[in-house]
Amino acid sequence: MTLLTIDNLVVEHRTPGRPLVRAVAGASLTVAAGEVVGLVGESGCGKSTLARAVCGLHPAAAGTITVGGHPVTPLGLRSRHRALTGAQMVFQDPYASLNPRRRVGAQIADGLRTADDRTTAPEDLLERVGLPRDFAERFPHEFSGGQRQRIAIARALAARPSLLIGDEPISALDASAQAHVARLMRDLAVESGAGLLFISHDLSVVRLIADRIAVMYLGKIVETGPTAEVWADPKHPYTRALLGAIPIPDGRGVLPAELPGDVPDPADPPSGCRFHPRCPLVMDVCLDREPEFGPVACWLHEPA
Amino acid sequence: MTLTISGLKVSIGEAEILRGVDIAVGAGHVHGLAGESGSGKTVTGLAVLGLLPHGSRTAGTIQLEGRDLLAMPAKQLNAVRGAEIAMVFQDPATSLHPMVTVGVQLTEHMRHHLGVGRKEARERALGLLAKVRIPSPETAVDRYPHQFSGGMRQRIAIAVALACEPKVLIADEPTTALDVTVQAGILRLLRGLCDDLGLAVLLVTHDLGVMSAVADEVSVMKDGLVVETGPRGQVLTEPRHAYTRTLLESLPGDDHKLPQEER
Repeated sequence: MTLLTIDNLVVEHRTPGRPLVRAVAGASLTVAAGEVVGLVGESGCGKSTLARAVCGLHPAAAGTITVGGHPVTPLGLRSRHRALTGAQMVFQDPYASLNPRRRVGAQIADGLRTADDRTTAPEDLLERVGLPRDFAERFPHEFSGGQRQRIAIARALAARPSLLIGDEPISALDASAQAHVARLMRDLAVESGAGLLFISHDLSVVRLIADRIAVMYLGKIVETGPTAEVWADPKHPYTRALLGAIPIPDGRGVLPAELPGDVPDPADPPSGCRFHPRCPLVMDVCLDREPEFGPVACWLHEPA
Repeated sequence: MTLTISGLKVSIGEAEILRGVDIAVGAGHVHGLAGESGSGKTVTGLAVLGLLPHGSRTAGTIQLEGRDLLAMPAKQLNAVRGAEIAMVFQDPATSLHPMVTVGVQLTEHMRHHLGVGRKEARERALGLLAKVRIPSPETAVDRYPHQFSGGMRQRIAIAVALACEPKVLIADEPTTALDVTVQAGILRLLRGLCDDLGLAVLLVTHDLGVMSAVADEVSVMKDGLVVETGPRGQVLTEPRHAYTRTLLESLPGDDHKLPQEER
Protein backbone atom coordinates (compact mmCIF):
# COMPACT_ATOMS: atom_id res chain seq x y z
CA MET A 1 0.00 0.00 0.00
CA THR A 2 1.38 3.37 -0.94
CA LEU A 3 1.57 5.62 2.06
CA LEU A 4 3.22 8.72 0.69
CA THR A 5 2.81 9.81 -2.90
CA ILE A 6 4.68 12.81 -4.20
CA ASP A 7 3.73 13.66 -7.76
CA ASN A 8 5.62 16.23 -9.80
CA LEU A 9 6.20 18.38 -6.74
CA VAL A 10 7.52 21.92 -7.17
CA VAL A 11 8.58 23.98 -4.15
CA GLU A 12 9.83 27.54 -4.57
CA HIS A 13 11.70 29.81 -2.20
CA ARG A 14 10.98 33.49 -2.64
CA THR A 15 13.33 36.07 -1.18
CA PRO A 16 12.66 39.76 -1.84
CA GLY A 17 15.27 41.21 -4.16
CA ARG A 18 16.56 37.80 -5.19
CA PRO A 19 15.64 35.55 -8.09
CA LEU A 20 13.11 32.82 -7.43
CA VAL A 21 14.74 29.57 -6.36
CA ARG A 22 13.03 26.39 -7.42
CA ALA A 23 14.43 24.09 -4.72
CA VAL A 24 12.28 21.15 -5.76
CA ALA A 25 11.58 21.22 -9.50
CA GLY A 26 9.17 18.44 -10.36
CA ALA A 27 10.06 15.50 -8.13
CA SER A 28 8.02 12.30 -7.85
CA LEU A 29 8.49 9.70 -5.15
CA THR A 30 6.46 7.08 -3.26
CA VAL A 31 6.93 5.40 0.10
CA ALA A 32 4.94 2.27 0.98
CA ALA A 33 3.95 1.15 4.49
CA GLY A 34 6.80 -0.73 6.12
CA GLU A 35 9.24 0.49 3.50
CA VAL A 36 12.45 2.42 4.11
CA VAL A 37 13.35 4.86 1.35
CA GLY A 38 16.70 6.63 1.45
CA LEU A 39 16.89 10.01 -0.25
CA VAL A 40 20.45 11.04 -1.06
CA GLY A 41 22.16 13.90 -2.86
CA GLU A 42 24.67 16.69 -2.36
CA SER A 43 23.90 19.64 -0.11
CA GLY A 44 21.69 22.18 -1.81
CA CYS A 45 19.91 19.63 -4.02
CA GLY A 46 16.52 20.12 -2.34
CA LYS A 47 16.31 17.01 -0.13
CA SER A 48 15.38 18.90 3.01
CA THR A 49 12.92 21.17 1.22
CA LEU A 50 11.16 18.08 -0.10
CA ALA A 51 10.93 16.59 3.40
CA ARG A 52 9.61 19.84 4.83
CA ALA A 53 6.97 20.05 2.09
CA VAL A 54 5.76 16.54 3.04
CA CYS A 55 5.14 17.80 6.59
CA GLY A 56 3.42 20.92 5.32
CA LEU A 57 6.25 23.21 6.42
CA HIS A 58 6.63 24.56 2.87
CA PRO A 59 3.69 25.08 0.51
CA ALA A 60 3.82 23.27 -2.82
CA ALA A 61 3.93 25.63 -5.82
CA ALA A 62 2.73 22.83 -8.12
CA GLY A 63 2.19 19.09 -7.98
CA THR A 64 0.63 17.06 -5.18
CA ILE A 65 1.63 15.31 -1.97
CA THR A 66 -0.70 12.83 -0.30
CA VAL A 67 -0.15 11.05 2.99
CA GLY A 68 -2.46 8.06 3.53
CA GLY A 69 -4.66 9.35 0.71
CA HIS A 70 -5.05 12.84 2.20
CA PRO A 71 -3.56 15.82 0.35
CA VAL A 72 -1.03 17.67 2.51
CA THR A 73 -1.94 21.27 3.22
CA PRO A 74 0.46 23.88 4.59
CA LEU A 75 0.73 23.77 8.36
CA GLY A 76 -1.45 26.42 9.99
CA LEU A 77 -2.95 27.24 13.36
CA ARG A 78 -5.91 24.87 13.09
CA SER A 79 -5.50 21.28 14.16
CA ARG A 80 -4.67 18.91 11.35
CA HIS A 81 -6.56 15.95 10.01
CA ARG A 82 -5.53 12.74 11.82
CA ALA A 83 -4.08 11.29 8.61
CA LEU A 84 -1.67 14.22 8.36
CA THR A 85 -0.41 13.97 11.93
CA GLY A 86 0.65 10.51 10.82
CA ALA A 87 3.67 12.12 9.16
CA GLN A 88 6.24 12.89 11.85
CA MET A 89 9.64 14.37 11.40
CA VAL A 90 12.95 13.90 13.19
CA PHE A 91 15.04 16.98 12.51
CA GLN A 92 18.75 17.31 11.86
CA ASP A 93 19.89 19.07 14.99
CA PRO A 94 18.62 17.66 18.29
CA TYR A 95 20.24 20.63 20.06
CA ALA A 96 17.68 22.86 18.34
CA SER A 97 14.65 20.61 17.88
CA LEU A 98 14.04 19.87 21.58
CA ASN A 99 12.73 22.59 23.87
CA PRO A 100 15.55 23.31 26.35
CA ARG A 101 13.14 24.50 29.05
CA ARG A 102 10.77 21.55 29.20
CA ARG A 103 11.30 18.12 30.68
CA VAL A 104 11.89 15.32 28.21
CA GLY A 105 8.80 13.41 29.40
CA ALA A 106 6.53 16.41 28.83
CA GLN A 107 7.80 16.81 25.30
CA ILE A 108 7.15 13.16 24.52
CA ALA A 109 3.67 13.51 26.05
CA ASP A 110 2.89 16.13 23.36
CA GLY A 111 3.20 13.39 20.78
CA LEU A 112 0.99 11.05 22.81
CA ARG A 113 -1.71 13.74 23.02
CA THR A 114 -1.61 14.19 19.24
CA ALA A 115 -2.37 10.50 18.81
CA ASP A 116 -5.01 10.60 21.57
CA ASP A 117 -3.06 7.86 23.31
CA ARG A 118 -3.97 7.66 27.03
CA THR A 119 -2.50 4.27 27.79
CA THR A 120 1.14 4.77 26.87
CA ALA A 121 3.47 6.62 29.23
CA PRO A 122 6.40 8.73 27.98
CA GLU A 123 8.67 6.36 29.90
CA ASP A 124 7.53 3.46 27.68
CA LEU A 125 8.73 5.35 24.62
CA LEU A 126 12.07 6.13 26.24
CA GLU A 127 12.45 2.41 26.80
CA ARG A 128 11.67 1.71 23.15
CA VAL A 129 14.49 3.97 21.98
CA GLY A 130 16.86 2.32 24.44
CA LEU A 131 17.00 4.95 27.17
CA PRO A 132 16.33 4.50 30.93
CA ARG A 133 12.80 5.33 32.11
CA ASP A 134 13.92 7.93 34.64
CA PHE A 135 15.25 10.22 31.87
CA ALA A 136 11.69 11.56 31.51
CA GLU A 137 12.23 13.85 34.51
CA ARG A 138 15.35 15.45 33.08
CA PHE A 139 16.03 18.32 30.69
CA PRO A 140 17.58 18.09 27.19
CA HIS A 141 20.86 19.77 28.18
CA GLU A 142 21.69 16.81 30.40
CA PHE A 143 22.13 14.54 27.39
CA SER A 144 24.63 13.90 24.61
CA GLY A 145 23.77 14.42 20.96
CA GLY A 146 22.99 10.75 20.37
CA GLN A 147 20.74 10.57 23.45
CA ARG A 148 18.93 13.76 22.41
CA GLN A 149 18.29 12.38 18.95
CA ARG A 150 16.84 9.24 20.58
CA ILE A 151 14.54 11.48 22.60
CA ALA A 152 13.48 13.29 19.41
CA ILE A 153 12.74 9.91 17.84
CA ALA A 154 10.69 8.90 20.91
CA ARG A 155 8.68 12.11 20.60
CA ALA A 156 8.00 11.46 16.90
CA LEU A 157 7.00 7.85 17.61
CA ALA A 158 4.64 8.93 20.38
CA ALA A 159 2.31 10.39 17.76
CA ARG A 160 1.94 6.88 16.25
CA PRO A 161 3.22 7.94 12.85
CA SER A 162 2.33 6.03 9.71
CA LEU A 163 5.21 7.85 8.04
CA LEU A 164 8.41 8.78 9.82
CA ILE A 165 10.68 11.32 8.14
CA GLY A 166 14.29 11.80 9.11
CA ASP A 167 15.87 14.96 7.73
CA GLU A 168 19.61 14.31 8.09
CA PRO A 169 18.87 12.89 11.56
CA ILE A 170 22.40 11.59 12.05
CA SER A 171 24.62 14.26 10.55
CA ALA A 172 24.89 16.26 13.79
CA LEU A 173 25.92 13.18 15.77
CA ASP A 174 29.31 11.72 16.55
CA ALA A 175 30.49 9.12 14.10
CA SER A 176 30.12 6.36 16.67
CA ALA A 177 26.44 7.20 17.30
CA GLN A 178 25.44 7.59 13.64
CA ALA A 179 25.01 3.96 12.61
CA HIS A 180 23.22 3.14 15.90
CA VAL A 181 20.65 5.91 15.57
CA ALA A 182 20.03 5.16 11.89
CA ARG A 183 19.47 1.49 12.60
CA LEU A 184 17.20 2.32 15.54
CA MET A 185 15.02 4.52 13.31
CA ARG A 186 14.74 1.77 10.76
CA ASP A 187 13.88 -0.91 13.29
CA LEU A 188 11.27 1.17 15.08
CA ALA A 189 9.58 2.29 11.86
CA VAL A 190 9.45 -1.19 10.37
CA GLU A 191 8.31 -2.74 13.68
CA SER A 192 5.31 -0.41 13.88
CA GLY A 193 4.48 -0.88 10.19
CA ALA A 194 5.24 2.73 9.33
CA GLY A 195 7.13 3.93 6.28
CA LEU A 196 10.42 5.73 6.70
CA LEU A 197 11.79 8.45 4.45
CA PHE A 198 15.41 8.79 5.48
CA ILE A 199 17.32 11.76 4.14
CA SER A 200 21.07 11.81 4.35
CA HIS A 201 24.14 12.83 2.48
CA ASP A 202 25.95 9.88 4.06
CA LEU A 203 25.61 7.16 1.46
CA SER A 204 27.16 4.39 3.52
CA VAL A 205 24.49 4.74 6.22
CA VAL A 206 21.67 4.89 3.67
CA ARG A 207 23.00 1.72 2.13
CA LEU A 208 22.82 0.06 5.52
CA ILE A 209 19.19 0.81 6.28
CA ALA A 210 17.23 1.61 3.09
CA ASP A 211 15.18 -0.84 1.03
CA ARG A 212 14.96 1.60 -1.82
CA ILE A 213 17.16 4.55 -2.67
CA ALA A 214 16.28 7.78 -4.49
CA VAL A 215 19.04 10.02 -5.78
CA MET A 216 18.28 13.72 -6.04
CA TYR A 217 20.14 16.31 -8.09
CA LEU A 218 19.23 19.98 -8.28
CA GLY A 219 15.56 19.57 -7.39
CA LYS A 220 14.88 16.39 -9.37
CA ILE A 221 14.98 12.69 -8.58
CA VAL A 222 17.43 11.31 -11.12
CA GLU A 223 17.41 7.63 -10.17
CA THR A 224 15.40 5.30 -7.96
CA GLY A 225 15.71 1.59 -7.36
CA PRO A 226 16.25 -1.13 -4.77
CA THR A 227 19.32 -0.23 -2.73
CA ALA A 228 21.33 -3.33 -3.54
CA GLU A 229 20.64 -2.96 -7.28
CA VAL A 230 21.54 0.72 -7.40
CA TRP A 231 24.68 0.00 -5.40
CA ALA A 232 25.76 -2.90 -7.59
CA ASP A 233 24.88 -1.23 -10.88
CA PRO A 234 24.31 2.53 -10.70
CA LYS A 235 22.90 3.74 -14.02
CA HIS A 236 22.69 7.52 -13.92
CA PRO A 237 26.11 9.15 -14.43
CA TYR A 238 25.45 11.26 -11.32
CA THR A 239 24.73 8.20 -9.17
CA ARG A 240 27.93 6.66 -10.49
CA ALA A 241 29.92 9.76 -9.61
CA LEU A 242 28.36 9.90 -6.15
CA LEU A 243 29.09 6.25 -5.36
CA GLY A 244 32.52 6.47 -7.00
CA ALA A 245 33.49 9.30 -4.65
CA ILE A 246 33.16 7.13 -1.53
CA PRO A 247 36.62 6.11 -0.36
CA ILE A 248 36.89 2.38 0.32
CA PRO A 249 38.88 1.23 3.37
CA ASP A 250 40.84 -1.42 1.50
CA GLY A 251 44.23 -0.04 2.51
CA ARG A 252 45.35 0.45 -1.09
CA GLY A 253 45.62 4.23 -1.04
CA VAL A 254 43.33 4.85 -4.00
CA LEU A 255 42.12 8.44 -4.10
CA PRO A 256 38.38 8.63 -4.87
CA ALA A 257 37.33 9.99 -8.24
CA GLU A 258 36.47 13.67 -8.29
CA LEU A 259 33.30 15.02 -9.88
CA PRO A 260 34.31 18.25 -11.62
CA GLY A 261 32.48 21.48 -10.91
CA ASP A 262 30.05 22.57 -8.21
CA VAL A 263 26.30 22.09 -7.97
CA PRO A 264 24.85 24.82 -10.24
CA ASP A 265 22.80 27.67 -8.80
CA PRO A 266 19.22 26.39 -8.44
CA ALA A 267 18.00 29.91 -9.28
CA ASP A 268 19.55 29.50 -12.71
CA PRO A 269 19.56 25.78 -13.60
CA PRO A 270 21.29 24.63 -16.80
CA SER A 271 19.19 23.99 -19.90
CA GLY A 272 18.16 20.45 -20.86
CA CYS A 273 19.41 17.80 -18.46
CA ARG A 274 20.41 19.49 -15.23
CA PHE A 275 23.48 17.36 -14.87
CA HIS A 276 24.91 17.98 -18.35
CA PRO A 277 27.61 20.57 -17.41
CA ARG A 278 29.26 18.03 -15.09
CA CYS A 279 28.42 14.84 -16.94
CA PRO A 280 31.31 12.84 -18.42
CA LEU A 281 28.97 11.20 -20.95
CA VAL A 282 27.17 14.32 -22.18
CA MET A 283 25.51 14.06 -25.63
CA ASP A 284 23.87 16.67 -27.90
CA VAL A 285 20.35 15.77 -26.79
CA CYS A 286 21.26 16.50 -23.14
CA LEU A 287 21.89 20.19 -23.86
CA ASP A 288 18.35 21.11 -24.81
CA ARG A 289 15.91 18.38 -23.75
CA GLU A 290 15.27 17.45 -20.16
CA PRO A 291 14.87 13.70 -19.51
CA GLU A 292 11.43 13.57 -17.86
CA PHE A 293 11.11 9.87 -17.18
CA GLY A 294 12.08 7.28 -14.60
CA PRO A 295 13.43 5.24 -12.94
CA VAL A 296 16.65 6.65 -14.44
CA ALA A 297 16.25 10.19 -15.75
CA CYS A 298 19.06 10.03 -18.29
CA TRP A 299 18.91 9.96 -22.09
CA LEU A 300 21.23 6.94 -22.04
CA HIS A 301 18.57 5.00 -20.14
CA GLU A 302 15.40 6.12 -21.91
CA PRO A 303 12.68 3.50 -21.47
CA ALA A 304 11.80 1.84 -24.79
CA MET B 1 61.08 12.63 11.46
CA THR B 2 59.61 16.10 11.31
CA LEU B 3 57.20 15.62 14.18
CA THR B 4 57.78 13.13 16.98
CA ILE B 5 55.32 12.74 19.81
CA SER B 6 56.59 10.45 22.55
CA GLY B 7 55.02 9.36 25.78
CA LEU B 8 52.52 12.21 25.63
CA LYS B 9 50.20 12.38 28.62
CA VAL B 10 47.51 15.00 29.04
CA SER B 11 45.21 15.47 32.04
CA ILE B 12 42.45 18.03 32.15
CA GLY B 13 41.15 18.45 35.69
CA GLU B 14 40.69 14.98 37.14
CA ALA B 15 40.39 13.29 33.76
CA GLU B 16 43.37 11.59 32.16
CA ILE B 17 42.75 12.21 28.45
CA LEU B 18 45.99 10.90 26.94
CA ARG B 19 47.86 8.11 28.69
CA GLY B 20 51.12 7.91 26.77
CA VAL B 21 50.85 8.52 23.02
CA ASP B 22 53.70 7.88 20.58
CA ILE B 23 53.37 9.10 17.00
CA ALA B 24 56.00 10.06 14.45
CA VAL B 25 55.30 11.85 11.16
CA GLY B 26 57.94 12.31 8.46
CA ALA B 27 58.11 14.99 5.75
CA GLY B 28 55.91 14.17 2.78
CA HIS B 29 53.91 11.66 4.81
CA VAL B 30 50.29 11.62 5.89
CA HIS B 31 49.80 9.98 9.26
CA GLY B 32 46.20 9.05 9.93
CA LEU B 33 44.84 9.06 13.46
CA ALA B 34 41.69 6.96 13.84
CA GLY B 35 39.43 6.10 16.76
CA GLU B 36 36.01 6.75 18.24
CA SER B 37 34.95 10.10 19.59
CA GLY B 38 36.45 10.57 23.04
CA SER B 39 39.51 8.46 22.28
CA GLY B 40 41.83 11.49 22.38
CA LYS B 41 42.44 12.11 18.65
CA THR B 42 41.59 15.78 18.74
CA VAL B 43 43.41 16.43 22.03
CA THR B 44 46.56 14.97 20.46
CA GLY B 45 46.25 17.49 17.61
CA LEU B 46 45.60 20.38 19.97
CA ALA B 47 48.58 19.42 22.16
CA VAL B 48 50.91 19.72 19.18
CA LEU B 49 49.68 23.27 18.61
CA GLY B 50 49.83 24.13 22.30
CA LEU B 51 46.12 24.84 22.27
CA LEU B 52 45.09 22.66 25.23
CA PRO B 53 42.58 24.20 27.63
CA HIS B 54 43.91 26.19 30.58
CA GLY B 55 44.96 24.10 33.53
CA SER B 56 45.79 20.98 31.54
CA ARG B 57 48.83 19.08 32.72
CA THR B 58 51.16 17.46 30.23
CA ALA B 59 54.04 14.99 30.33
CA GLY B 60 56.24 13.51 27.61
CA THR B 61 57.67 15.35 24.61
CA ILE B 62 56.47 16.73 21.29
CA GLN B 63 59.49 17.34 19.09
CA LEU B 64 59.45 19.48 15.98
CA GLU B 65 62.76 18.85 14.22
CA GLY B 66 64.44 18.26 17.56
CA ARG B 67 62.91 21.15 19.51
CA ASP B 68 60.54 20.19 22.32
CA LEU B 69 57.31 22.13 21.91
CA LEU B 70 56.04 21.26 25.39
CA ALA B 71 59.14 22.75 27.03
CA MET B 72 59.16 25.86 24.84
CA PRO B 73 58.44 29.27 26.41
CA ALA B 74 55.13 30.79 25.30
CA LYS B 75 56.74 33.54 23.24
CA GLN B 76 58.84 31.12 21.25
CA LEU B 77 55.85 28.84 20.75
CA ASN B 78 53.86 31.74 19.33
CA ALA B 79 56.47 32.10 16.62
CA VAL B 80 56.17 28.42 15.75
CA ARG B 81 52.41 28.12 15.89
CA GLY B 82 50.77 29.23 12.65
CA ALA B 83 54.17 29.49 10.97
CA GLU B 84 55.81 26.08 11.24
CA ILE B 85 52.73 24.19 12.41
CA ALA B 86 49.32 24.94 10.97
CA MET B 87 45.88 23.49 11.47
CA VAL B 88 42.78 22.86 9.39
CA PHE B 89 39.57 22.43 11.39
CA GLN B 90 36.45 20.39 10.71
CA ASP B 91 33.97 23.11 9.91
CA PRO B 92 35.14 25.83 7.51
CA ALA B 93 31.94 27.78 8.23
CA THR B 94 33.20 28.51 11.75
CA SER B 95 36.98 28.39 11.33
CA LEU B 96 37.07 31.32 8.91
CA HIS B 97 36.21 34.81 10.13
CA PRO B 98 32.86 35.75 8.57
CA MET B 99 33.50 39.51 8.49
CA VAL B 100 37.00 39.60 7.08
CA THR B 101 37.86 39.11 3.41
CA VAL B 102 39.68 36.01 2.27
CA GLY B 103 42.68 38.15 1.31
CA VAL B 104 43.13 39.57 4.81
CA GLN B 105 42.77 36.12 6.41
CA LEU B 106 45.41 34.78 4.05
CA THR B 107 47.93 37.56 4.58
CA GLU B 108 47.55 38.60 8.24
CA HIS B 109 49.71 35.90 9.79
CA MET B 110 51.98 35.83 6.74
CA ARG B 111 52.88 39.48 7.35
CA HIS B 112 53.24 38.87 11.07
CA HIS B 113 55.39 35.76 10.92
CA LEU B 114 57.37 36.32 7.74
CA GLY B 115 57.38 40.11 7.76
CA VAL B 116 56.50 40.40 4.08
CA GLY B 117 55.13 43.67 2.69
CA ARG B 118 51.52 44.32 1.75
CA LYS B 119 52.10 43.99 -1.95
CA GLU B 120 54.11 40.80 -1.76
CA ALA B 121 51.62 39.29 0.68
CA ARG B 122 48.83 39.86 -1.81
CA GLU B 123 50.86 38.25 -4.57
CA ARG B 124 51.48 35.26 -2.34
CA ALA B 125 47.78 35.09 -1.44
CA LEU B 126 46.87 34.89 -5.12
CA GLY B 127 49.39 32.12 -5.58
CA LEU B 128 47.97 30.20 -2.61
CA LEU B 129 44.41 30.46 -3.88
CA ALA B 130 45.56 29.14 -7.25
CA LYS B 131 47.41 26.31 -5.49
CA VAL B 132 44.24 25.15 -3.71
CA ARG B 133 42.39 25.56 -7.04
CA ILE B 134 40.00 28.38 -6.25
CA PRO B 135 38.67 29.69 -9.56
CA SER B 136 39.66 33.28 -10.47
CA PRO B 137 41.85 34.14 -7.43
CA GLU B 138 41.93 37.82 -8.47
CA THR B 139 38.26 38.28 -7.53
CA ALA B 140 38.13 35.61 -4.83
CA VAL B 141 40.75 37.36 -2.72
CA ASP B 142 38.43 40.32 -2.03
CA ARG B 143 35.38 38.23 -1.19
CA TYR B 144 34.00 37.06 2.15
CA PRO B 145 33.71 33.41 3.29
CA HIS B 146 29.90 33.31 2.96
CA GLN B 147 30.23 33.91 -0.76
CA PHE B 148 31.80 30.47 -1.20
CA SER B 149 30.41 26.93 -0.99
CA GLY B 150 31.47 24.59 1.84
CA GLY B 151 34.09 22.84 -0.29
CA MET B 152 35.57 26.13 -1.48
CA ARG B 153 35.67 27.41 2.11
CA GLN B 154 37.64 24.37 3.18
CA ARG B 155 40.06 24.99 0.30
CA ILE B 156 40.46 28.55 1.55
CA ALA B 157 41.04 27.30 5.11
CA ILE B 158 43.77 25.02 3.75
CA ALA B 159 45.31 27.98 1.88
CA VAL B 160 45.32 29.99 5.13
CA ALA B 161 47.08 27.10 6.88
CA LEU B 162 49.70 26.90 4.13
CA ALA B 163 50.36 30.65 3.99
CA CYS B 164 53.54 30.58 6.11
CA GLU B 165 54.87 27.45 4.45
CA PRO B 166 54.51 25.22 7.51
CA LYS B 167 56.40 21.98 7.99
CA VAL B 168 53.56 20.30 9.84
CA LEU B 169 49.86 20.41 9.02
CA ILE B 170 47.28 19.10 11.45
CA ALA B 171 43.94 18.36 9.81
CA ASP B 172 41.14 17.52 12.25
CA GLU B 173 38.28 15.81 10.39
CA PRO B 174 38.81 18.16 7.41
CA THR B 175 36.16 16.51 5.21
CA THR B 176 33.55 15.36 7.74
CA ALA B 177 31.24 18.32 7.13
CA LEU B 178 31.42 17.94 3.34
CA ASP B 179 29.61 15.92 0.67
CA VAL B 180 31.46 12.87 -0.68
CA THR B 181 31.99 14.48 -4.07
CA VAL B 182 33.54 17.55 -2.46
CA GLN B 183 35.49 15.35 -0.04
CA ALA B 184 37.12 13.58 -2.98
CA GLY B 185 38.48 16.91 -4.23
CA ILE B 186 39.81 17.96 -0.81
CA LEU B 187 41.51 14.60 -0.26
CA ARG B 188 43.23 14.84 -3.64
CA LEU B 189 44.32 18.36 -2.79
CA LEU B 190 45.72 17.36 0.64
CA ARG B 191 47.60 14.40 -0.77
CA GLY B 192 49.02 16.52 -3.61
CA LEU B 193 50.15 19.30 -1.26
CA CYS B 194 51.77 16.81 1.06
CA ASP B 195 53.75 15.29 -1.83
CA ASP B 196 54.67 18.58 -3.53
CA LEU B 197 55.59 20.62 -0.46
CA GLY B 198 57.00 17.82 1.67
CA LEU B 199 54.49 18.55 4.44
CA ALA B 200 54.17 16.28 7.43
CA VAL B 201 50.41 15.84 7.80
CA LEU B 202 48.66 14.51 10.89
CA LEU B 203 45.15 13.63 9.70
CA VAL B 204 42.55 13.05 12.39
CA THR B 205 39.50 11.22 11.05
CA HIS B 206 36.99 8.62 12.12
CA ASP B 207 36.43 7.61 8.49
CA LEU B 208 38.59 4.61 7.66
CA GLY B 209 37.78 5.08 3.97
CA VAL B 210 39.35 8.53 4.07
CA MET B 211 42.27 7.02 5.96
CA SER B 212 42.75 4.37 3.32
CA ALA B 213 42.69 6.93 0.52
CA VAL B 214 45.33 9.38 1.76
CA ALA B 215 47.28 8.12 4.79
CA ASP B 216 50.68 6.45 4.56
CA GLU B 217 50.72 5.29 8.16
CA VAL B 218 47.78 4.76 10.45
CA SER B 219 47.51 4.91 14.24
CA VAL B 220 44.40 3.69 16.00
CA MET B 221 43.53 5.28 19.34
CA LYS B 222 41.34 4.03 22.16
CA ASP B 223 40.88 5.55 25.62
CA GLY B 224 43.91 7.84 25.32
CA LEU B 225 46.29 5.19 24.07
CA VAL B 226 47.54 4.25 20.62
CA VAL B 227 46.60 0.59 20.33
CA GLU B 228 48.01 -0.03 16.88
CA THR B 229 50.39 1.76 14.47
CA GLY B 230 51.55 0.61 11.09
CA PRO B 231 51.55 1.12 7.35
CA ARG B 232 48.09 1.80 5.92
CA GLY B 233 47.83 -1.48 4.03
CA GLN B 234 48.72 -3.59 7.03
CA VAL B 235 46.49 -1.86 9.60
CA LEU B 236 43.45 -1.79 7.32
CA THR B 237 43.74 -5.29 5.87
CA GLU B 238 45.56 -7.32 8.54
CA PRO B 239 44.87 -5.51 11.80
CA ARG B 240 46.76 -6.96 14.75
CA HIS B 241 44.77 -5.40 17.55
CA ALA B 242 41.27 -6.64 18.34
CA TYR B 243 39.95 -3.08 18.60
CA THR B 244 41.08 -2.21 15.05
CA ARG B 245 39.24 -5.31 13.84
CA THR B 246 36.09 -4.18 15.66
CA LEU B 247 36.35 -0.75 14.03
CA LEU B 248 36.72 -2.28 10.58
CA GLU B 249 33.87 -4.73 11.12
CA SER B 250 31.51 -1.98 12.23
CA LEU B 251 31.73 -0.28 8.84
CA PRO B 252 28.40 -0.18 7.04
CA GLY B 253 29.86 -0.21 3.55
CA ASP B 254 31.84 -3.39 4.07
CA ASP B 255 31.88 -5.36 0.86
CA HIS B 256 32.12 -8.89 2.18
CA LYS B 257 29.06 -8.30 4.33
CA LEU B 258 25.92 -7.34 2.45
CA PRO B 259 23.59 -5.02 4.34
CA GLN B 260 20.66 -7.39 3.82
CA GLU B 261 22.38 -10.13 5.78
CA GLU B 262 23.06 -7.85 8.68
CA ARG B 263 19.50 -6.97 9.36
